[in-house]
Amino acid sequence: MKKQNVRLADMSKADKKPLAHLENSDLMPLPPPLDGVSKDHSWKPLSPQALEKYECGLDDTCALSIPQPKTREEEQELVRKFLSGLEKLFTRENNWTFLEPLILTMEHCAKCQTCSEACHIFEASGRSEIYRPTYRSEIVRRLYFKYVKRGGLVSAWQHGDIQVNWPLVARLIELAYRCNLCRRCAQTCPIGADNGLVAHELRKVFSQEMGIAPREIHDNGSMLQLKVGSSTGMNAAAVKDNIAFIDEDISEKTGVEVKTPWDVEGADVLLIHNAGEIMAWPENPGAFALVLNAAGVSWTLSSELAGYDAINYGLWYDDAQFARVALKHAEAARKLKVKKIVLGECGHAHKALSVIADRILGGDLNIPRESSMTLLREIVMSGRLKLDPSRNNFPVTLHDPCNLVRLMGVVEPQREIVRKLCPQFREMEPHGVDNYCCGGGSGFAIMSGHNFPDWRFHVSGRKKLEQILNAFHDCLEPSIPKYICAPCSNCKGQFRDMLAYYDLWKKNTILYGGLVELIVNAMTDVKPGFIEWEWR
Amino acid sequence: MTTVLLYGLMYIAALVFLIACAVRAIYFARLPLHLRWELYPVPHEAAAQAEHGGSYFEVTDWWKKSVHSSLIGEWKFMLPEMLFQKALWEFNRTLWFFSFPFHFGLYLIIGATGLLGVRALFAFWAPNLMSGQIGMGLHYGCELGWLGGAALAAIGAFCLLIRRLTDSNLKTYTTPGDIFNLLFFIVTLSCQVAGFLFRPAGSPHALALAQGVLTFNTTLRFEPLLAVGLVLSALLTAYIPMTHMSHFIAKYFTYHTVRWDDRPNLRGSDLARRFAEYLTFRPRWAAPHVGADGVKTWAEIASLNPAPGGKK
Repeated sequence: MKKQNVRLADMSKADKKPLAHLENSDLMPLPPPLDGVSKDHSWKPLSPQALEKYECGLDDTCALSIPQPKTREEEQELVRKFLSGLEKLFTRENNWTFLEPLILTMEHCAKCQTCSEACHIFEASGRSEIYRPTYRSEIVRRLYFKYVKRGGLVSAWQHGDIQVNWPLVARLIELAYRCNLCRRCAQTCPIGADNGLVAHELRKVFSQEMGIAPREIHDNGSMLQLKVGSSTGMNAAAVKDNIAFIDEDISEKTGVEVKTPWDVEGADVLLIHNAGEIMAWPENPGAFALVLNAAGVSWTLSSELAGYDAINYGLWYDDAQFARVALKHAEAARKLKVKKIVLGECGHAHKALSVIADRILGGDLNIPRESSMTLLREIVMSGRLKLDPSRNNFPVTLHDPCNLVRLMGVVEPQREIVRKLCPQFREMEPHGVDNYCCGGGSGFAIMSGHNFPDWRFHVSGRKKLEQILNAFHDCLEPSIPKYICAPCSNCKGQFRDMLAYYDLWKKNTILYGGLVELIVNAMTDVKPGFIEWEWR
Repeated sequence: MTTVLLYGLMYIAALVFLIACAVRAIYFARLPLHLRWELYPVPHEAAAQAEHGGSYFEVTDWWKKSVHSSLIGEWKFMLPEMLFQKALWEFNRTLWFFSFPFHFGLYLIIGATGLLGVRALFAFWAPNLMSGQIGMGLHYGCELGWLGGAALAAIGAFCLLIRRLTDSNLKTYTTPGDIFNLLFFIVTLSCQVAGFLFRPAGSPHALALAQGVLTFNTTLRFEPLLAVGLVLSALLTAYIPMTHMSHFIAKYFTYHTVRWDDRPNLRGSDLARRFAEYLTFRPRWAAPHVGADGVKTWAEIASLNPAPGGKK
């Protein structure tokens, strides 16, 4: 198919026709067993109702379901709000949180396109122009020079011109959600410009000024968490019930009595899981309880509001929501007087509370935070558990969650564990801080409106899928069970959905799971077969 | 009169360059500290972590240990990056072949100019020293560095311009200003090189020019082509810090205060004090759930629970 030649000015096109359209033949080819266009799925097109009702002028999908304005006045008001938000983004009072890196990126990009080669979305899409990291940033840069710095003709000549109208704003809202915020592009920028940050900051304008954010992240995410304590909808009573059930189930399954402690004042460790684990992968919190008890760790869970759900979706789109949830986590720890908070297997929760929130947690709220990878490594290497690696004698590869690895620097602890416990461990290439995002980062793993999952599997997750298939290229036969170790809840969600989409469990026996499950699976005090080779 | 104007222009351009660079650097330095946004690998981490791009978060109870920051680690990263554009070599090799000669040529010009200034000063203070072998060495060093640098930079700029005009990956993002900038370099450097190489015998050479500038010697007469080259150089020098080409300043901040800033917020630290101040800012975001009315502080907004029925 002929490559579409999309220009920056096309963002302002008044017609509703999407700027970009992808066919399977445009996409980056996949290795066996998914080699060949015919082995890929057809894209589900957007419904005529969606096209009629929502702003779908960017590409083949629609992540946010923004209603089309009914009048010209409504459009103008939305544009006015956008420009007002854009202006606030560049002021100290409104955006001290990220002002410096944002201005540095706005003013110094050399437009050399080095970043493009690092972007998995751009590459997987077959280099579709709108997914180039600089496409979004260049639009914002031109808006910045024209409407924030109020540059005239000379500025337009120097920095390029752009025409702001509602179609541009509507497309930009969607485009802000075509980036996983993995910041692999920023890692390669010779100047240090950060296109991932630009997408992040754009999302903030839309949420903090215009009240526009994906429903899954805002209404059903951070708002629900602040209301009942968890984005899963579980309140404290429900989560305690579920954990009690998990304790019972794990005790029966492993033959080891498991009891999860709640609200223990003065415990050494407050463990905070992504509550999604409790609902979707109960063996993970169960395995944590078993390991921590067996290792003699003084630990507890908290039943405080948000104290039992480590997620912090504000990290992806809204500073206020982010700070509120981070404070709730810290308050839960302060109330219990614990020595440290340990974050369960959730990448964005790690980065949110350990790194990003660090500078807003002052005084007695600044309780030390540690990764569960570090704690688990210490337990495994200390010899406190009796472990038999032969129980994990199946091919294992390790996924590096971006938030945990590239954005926090926790690279080796999980590797040391896997190397020790998994005789058939093999790395993906590249890995560590050079890893690729799973494709579900920055909220995509939980966003499922219209045909967005089609885009998520075909485009944002494609590079990771290629890495997985390459890692298991020598053992793709269905008779050999294979395990993707993904110590992150959102990544697991993406793997679950993507493996199912491509039928890779049924046809090639590729399963996914966490890290702590591999530890329990290797424990000799536990009945064999903790990891069940069943689809979940 | 023309010579006086030329000297004046050169001094003014140098002054503008220095002031504009300082203003830009001070502007960035005075921006509020931001939330942590580091990106690994961070080269100043302890060797055990730095070798695989890890951080102190890999260490059990990291807050009980002393904070490690290796200046040597940073320099090991920075020097190849500054001198040889290591990131471009690794991630965009084709562009490196054009960009490196351009930038390295400019470094040679800067180095040779500095050397020329030193030579001119020593010619006043220690003329005997400069007439000997050291003087000759400096003479050839300057001429070679300056001419070679100008030629390299001009060729690099020309290649960059061609690439920008022909590569479909770059064209969409190229503004008239970008083309102008590269043309500015090409014309300026070409005039200098041609003016220097083709100047008539007996006309002022590089050392004479440097001495002339330093002593404001108005008796010197410059050939038109070299004079044009010098005027353009002065204008270009003053122009650079007004554009994105000032990334040599920005790069300090993007690396040191963003990508590598992993300083933890320890109780009672200067960081903690500065952030406490930012929490008193009063934002005005308009979305209702934020609750930023310009009266409430950032800390108060962070303590709000906007969820209906949510625990305060």
